[in-house]
Amino acid sequence: MQNSEVKIFDAMNAGRTFGHGKKLVTAVDDVTFDIKDGEIVSLVGGSGCGKSVLAKMMLGLYRPTSGTFLHKGQPITDLKEHWREVQSVFQDPFSCFNQFFTIRSQLKAAFGIYKIKPSDKEMEDRVDQALLAVNVKPSEVAGKYPFELSGGQMQRMLLARIFVLRPKVLIADEPTSMVDACVRANILDYLMKLKEELNMTIVFITHDIGLAYYVSDRLFIMHKGKIVEQGTPDDVTVHPKCEHTVQLLEDIPEIHKEWIKK
Amino acid sequence: MKLLKNLLKSPMFVIGMSLFLVTILIAIFGPLFYAINTDRVGVPYDMPNAQFWLGLDNYGRDYVSLLIRGLGSSLYVGVIAGVIATTIGTLIGLYGGFKGGLADDILSVLTNLFVVIPQFVILILISTTFEKRSLALVAMIIGFTAWTWSARGVRAQAAALKSKDHISLARLNGDNTLKVLVVHILPYILSYVFMVFILQVSSGILSEAAISMIGLGPTGDNAISLGVILNDANRYGGLSDKNWHAFIPATCVISALVFALYLINTSMEGVFNPRLRK
Repeated sequence: MQNSEVKIFDAMNAGRTFGHGKKLVTAVDDVTFDIKDGEIVSLVGGSGCGKSVLAKMMLGLYRPTSGTFLHKGQPITDLKEHWREVQSVFQDPFSCFNQFFTIRSQLKAAFGIYKIKPSDKEMEDRVDQALLAVNVKPSEVAGKYPFELSGGQMQRMLLARIFVLRPKVLIADEPTSMVDACVRANILDYLMKLKEELNMTIVFITHDIGLAYYVSDRLFIMHKGKIVEQGTPDDVTVHPKCEHTVQLLEDIPEIHKEWIKK
Repeated sequence: MKLLKNLLKSPMFVIGMSLFLVTILIAIFGPLFYAINTDRVGVPYDMPNAQFWLGLDNYGRDYVSLLIRGLGSSLYVGVIAGVIATTIGTLIGLYGGFKGGLADDILSVLTNLFVVIPQFVILILISTTFEKRSLALVAMIIGFTAWTWSARGVRAQAAALKSKDHISLARLNGDNTLKVLVVHILPYILSYVFMVFILQVSSGILSEAAISMIGLGPTGDNAISLGVILNDANRYGGLSDKNWHAFIPATCVISALVFALYLINTSMEGVFNPRLRK
């Protein structure tokens, strides 16, 4: 299904710094990569390696301070238009929703990116369908407040939001790092479901190279703001070229490694 | 509701709130039970007696009447100054803290500029430019000079919230800055803003007393505030000649009022901040 002609993202020597003078921090340093339509790419790296900043650059929340960063060959200018195509789920399901509003009203708020909002009835219907898609009964959770739900339920609500918006590209910023193993498998299932239904391009951000190995078409390894290695999961894990990749691989629990060898 | 329950469990809040309610009730309903008379009724500095419980002032006016009126004025000045200072501080703090970058730098410099110039000096300078000062004007002058600390506090709170995921999500929903500030940041810091407001009210009351004490308070024949009472006592020999009734009652009322507000503020901190909850 991959259409290699269309590049969803195309970064050339893109960088992002924060602050100035002595306090200058380089979060993303001179990265060059492209992501093709329909690909699942994993961005792997330890804490503070700049992967979340790179994710926010893909979302248009941060502009590059150097180099070029293109979405479908164009710089990201109209953010609302960008967000109709590129959406995200975040790491911490508890802090993702405003504690003062119900789930339903917050899922409906996602329609804010449309130029013309659908009718109220249609928005309600789409929210209900999205909740059903993540195996949640709308009548049970939609009227609740975020603090009344568990972490796993909240993470599903984030995914329901994606089912509501049906974007072309999903930036998944460590969506499984704060939930237990059982929920993690669920979430990955939903991601795959989205991918199949919408032929979605997914950028999967994680520190878990083992998980990345299973889900992705290509792996990008990040270290100190740079992409130090990129390639297919097999290339990267079997023949790592960079010491940081080796380091990440060594950090995988033993039992995991045996599975990889198979 | 749960919040109120927690608050009522705190003895500090109960004491502070009751004290504050008593002062408000006296200011509002006192005139119904006590015949307020701010005209001359006897000789200057007549000592407390059965007819005039707290004696008479330098013009021979009844101190109880003056205190009830003064309490009302001080509360009025405090609340108006508090509303103005908190509103300005919250707006500046919210915007600067959330926007960051150049807008934040400019607003921070502005705020710090006002922080380093002593508020009291500005208060004096502005007050002297007005020949006639009504209570409302004094309240406004205090309000417009007192916002700096609330701006700093709110800025810190907003800056801490801005990197939270729910803000990013709100932006991905296409919410504009105003909506993010009002819907996604303000509710989270509302309890803080309310605490700031209470402190601003109490500092407004103190500022009014201080500025009146040096004779720059509200002017006019019927401008009676706690600060003006103290100023009169100071100017007309109330502090000498054993005229204790000229300043002790007024001082006690101001202290009680400010003490009550501080108690409320401190107890709220304990309730709003789960880590301080016992």
